[in-house]
Amino acid sequence: MFPRLNLARAAFAVGLLIAASQPVAAAVFDPKTFTLPNGLEVVVIENHRLPVVTQMVWYKVGSADDPQGQSGVAHFLEHLMFRGSGSIAPGEFSRIVARNGGRDNAFTSWDYTAYHQTVAADRLELVMKLESDRMANLAITEEVVTPERQVIIEERRSRTDNNPAALLNEQMNASLFLNHPYRIPVIGWQHEMATLTQAGALDFYRRHYAPNNAILIVSGDVTVEQVRGLAAKYYAPIPRRDIAPRTRLREPLHVAARRVVLESDRVREPRLTREYLAPSYTTGDTQYAYALQVLETILSGGATSRLHKKLVEDDKLAVSAYASYEPSALDYGTLSIGGQPRSDVPLSKLEEAIDLEIARLLKDGVTADEVTRAKNQLVSSSDYARDSLRRGAMAIGTALATGQTVADVESWPERIGAVTPEQVNAAARNVFNIVNSVTGALLPAPRPSRS
Amino acid sequence: MRRISPVIAAAALYAGAILSFAAPAHAVAIERVVSAKGVEAWLVQDRSVPVIALQFAFHGGSALDPVGKEGLSNIVTGLLDEGAGNFDSQEFQRRREDSSVSLGFDSSVDSVGGNMRTLKRNAETGFDLLRLALNAPRFDASAVEKVKTQTRAWLSGAAENPRRIAGRVLSRTAFGDDPYGRSAEGTRRSVENLTTADFQAYVKQHFVRDRLVIGVVGDITPEELKPRLDAVFGDLPASAGPISLPMVTPALAGQVFVIDKKLPQSVVTFGQAGLSRKDPDYYIAYVMNQAFGGGGLTSRLMEEVREKRGLAYGVNTSLAPYDRAALITGGVATQNDRVGESIDIIRKEWAKLRDEGLTEEELADTKTYLTGSFLTNIDSTARMASLLVGIQLEELGIDYMDKRNSFIEAVTLADVRRVAQRLLDPTKLTFVVVGQPKGVTATATAPQIED
Repeated sequence: MFPRLNLARAAFAVGLLIAASQPVAAAVFDPKTFTLPNGLEVVVIENHRLPVVTQMVWYKVGSADDPQGQSGVAHFLEHLMFRGSGSIAPGEFSRIVARNGGRDNAFTSWDYTAYHQTVAADRLELVMKLESDRMANLAITEEVVTPERQVIIEERRSRTDNNPAALLNEQMNASLFLNHPYRIPVIGWQHEMATLTQAGALDFYRRHYAPNNAILIVSGDVTVEQVRGLAAKYYAPIPRRDIAPRTRLREPLHVAARRVVLESDRVREPRLTREYLAPSYTTGDTQYAYALQVLETILSGGATSRLHKKLVEDDKLAVSAYASYEPSALDYGTLSIGGQPRSDVPLSKLEEAIDLEIARLLKDGVTADEVTRAKNQLVSSSDYARDSLRRGAMAIGTALATGQTVADVESWPERIGAVTPEQVNAAARNVFNIVNSVTGALLPAPRPSRS
Repeated sequence: MRRISPVIAAAALYAGAILSFAAPAHAVAIERVVSAKGVEAWLVQDRSVPVIALQFAFHGGSALDPVGKEGLSNIVTGLLDEGAGNFDSQEFQRRREDSSVSLGFDSSVDSVGGNMRTLKRNAETGFDLLRLALNAPRFDASAVEKVKTQTRAWLSGAAENPRRIAGRVLSRTAFGDDPYGRSAEGTRRSVENLTTADFQAYVKQHFVRDRLVIGVVGDITPEELKPRLDAVFGDLPASAGPISLPMVTPALAGQVFVIDKKLPQSVVTFGQAGLSRKDPDYYIAYVMNQAFGGGGLTSRLMEEVREKRGLAYGVNTSLAPYDRAALITGGVATQNDRVGESIDIIRKEWAKLRDEGLTEEELADTKTYLTGSFLTNIDSTARMASLLVGIQLEELGIDYMDKRNSFIEAVTLADVRRVAQRLLDPTKLTFVVVGQPKGVTATATAPQIED
């Protein structure tokens, strides 16, 4: 009934309505690509199973590009994009899409902002017309800006302030990143959100929303020739703009592990989360990005994975245990590891056990059999890739907006398949360095002592 | 395991699943397949991807959990893939993972079932693991202890989740001691008392052929499917007799409950009596609800609460028809200072809808949305299989997808006005507020909810 977010990914996307961003394993989608003279990259993924198409427009800008003091403005602009453009009145965009049997939404992450509609194939032209209009002609008034600012603050309360685990996650990000804007929540800090203005949002729009800073993806019952014609008609006339390069602050050398404790009387069951800085596909020691996905699967890829088997099944310390690696980031990736202890197990004991597992991994390494199984699991998942209209559009959009290429996405199964046990061990040694980490403890509030 | 409150479960299962996933005849051909042993399944063949998805359900669900054994149905669904036949939990899961088979079981208030998805090349393993899970679950002591511990930890955490609290209070108020008023996931006490004998008895008693419906979608022919159906379902007992539970009238009398929790934003659930899925006015009510509070950004309530006033990130309503009762429910979340305002608007709009019905434009837009969007949500084989099961559970007929749009197109403004007056009663609209709301006066004491 309300947005539901996977906790592990909770920090990654904030949507207009419901975050639709779920990083997916990429695979062979067989996309066709071309670029318009104004710089708009176009990707077409044909899938003729049903007479349905999805259009997505991704802008290569996200909350990590928010100007200082205006945290949340990228996401605020995403909301305002539904509040009027050209000849389209506030709210009319979604009404037109719905009246035509379509669904639409949008989401913002640190690195990108995306808008999407799914409609019957014969309504593709309509949504291309609408989306191209707001790429060039956003027209918002103070009248719609004021209530929308309240909406995003209520969104923040729903997602974060009402949820102790989300609050802890936010504090952990602010501790993990000492300098890079990934330390600031996508949705913004509330005191800065309250000061966001129409002028600030429009300035952000003018600086970042342009065809040469966007990717158009059309997936479904359509041909590349049809998309070529419609893109020429609706998107090609939009002039390119000068876009400043995305330069972001870098992390200094980290010298001390950090710890964050959040105690709340809204918490009954403690949880432990540790987050490490890690390479991404495009930043840092990128040669480990594929090996780390294999490592993630060995640690956390199901009931037979190392963490679950050791902590949940054998030692009976935890009700759940996980590891999660996120390689799709323009800048730093992260690897997190954690779990929820059984009610009678102190959090410190779970942390010791996780540390022992990491130490064992670093000392003994992974086995060839573990690597083979994990690679098989990962590569097989790509066989399901075309069993969904949106999956290819999501995977390719995420990749292109974070510095990868279509060829990278298409060769994902081969690159996973080429990972060796030695590479996994080297990747583990690269990432599991405690000074590059923050450890978060979610705890019940101490009971007031009775006198 | 389905771990959401009955009120919300019903909304998801019925209103959305059945009515918005439907597809037109030209796109989807459903075949009735009957195996040698007489097992019937509905099949949609689709060779566009090498995937097979199967979904099944038995009528029954958590409403059949005996008094004192609440949560039985939920726990059984958590145990079916924890070891079966000659395979203990780890061996069972290893085989599943190495074949990239996904297997899941869940229980709702009125049914219990599951799903299996496999690549065509691993179909033998996929169907065999499902056969073992249904016919020979082991319920090993270690697995039972683990799943009970996990469930109790979940219940403990859920006891502080404001949405869970609000949903439980509304269900408890509406249905009292009827199974619909109890926790489908049980309580920490009831779960602790469940034994292996309970689980074994449950499987024998509830997994029976005359309560079973099956949907299959993907790369498989009727001749290939028949022996698989016999292997998985053919040896289950024929019948356990009819399900005999009484119809129940929701006791929602317009109360306002306030549950004090230290939260910055109040979480509100509201509801009143609804109408049965088999009621001749069902489609009229469905269209009315869609326009009023059912549709994304474009509903009347979204316009009033979110777009005009910025009172909430989201507000929605759903029809929630169960087998033996029906509700109309909704939810909103607003900062404590203004929650009274949100509630006043919802009450006022409820009355206005009863008195005036919909506008011509709202009705027309909603009809074209509902008839045009039926395709857009069938995003995968698994979703289609789920739709096939929903249609059978509700006994809508194998030609439902051909007829469904005509039911919606037939709805008139006069129909909506008549049904609005028949159905809606602002004096019976009951609110549950979890938080520290200002401007809201509780009119009754909330029923005690056991964790």
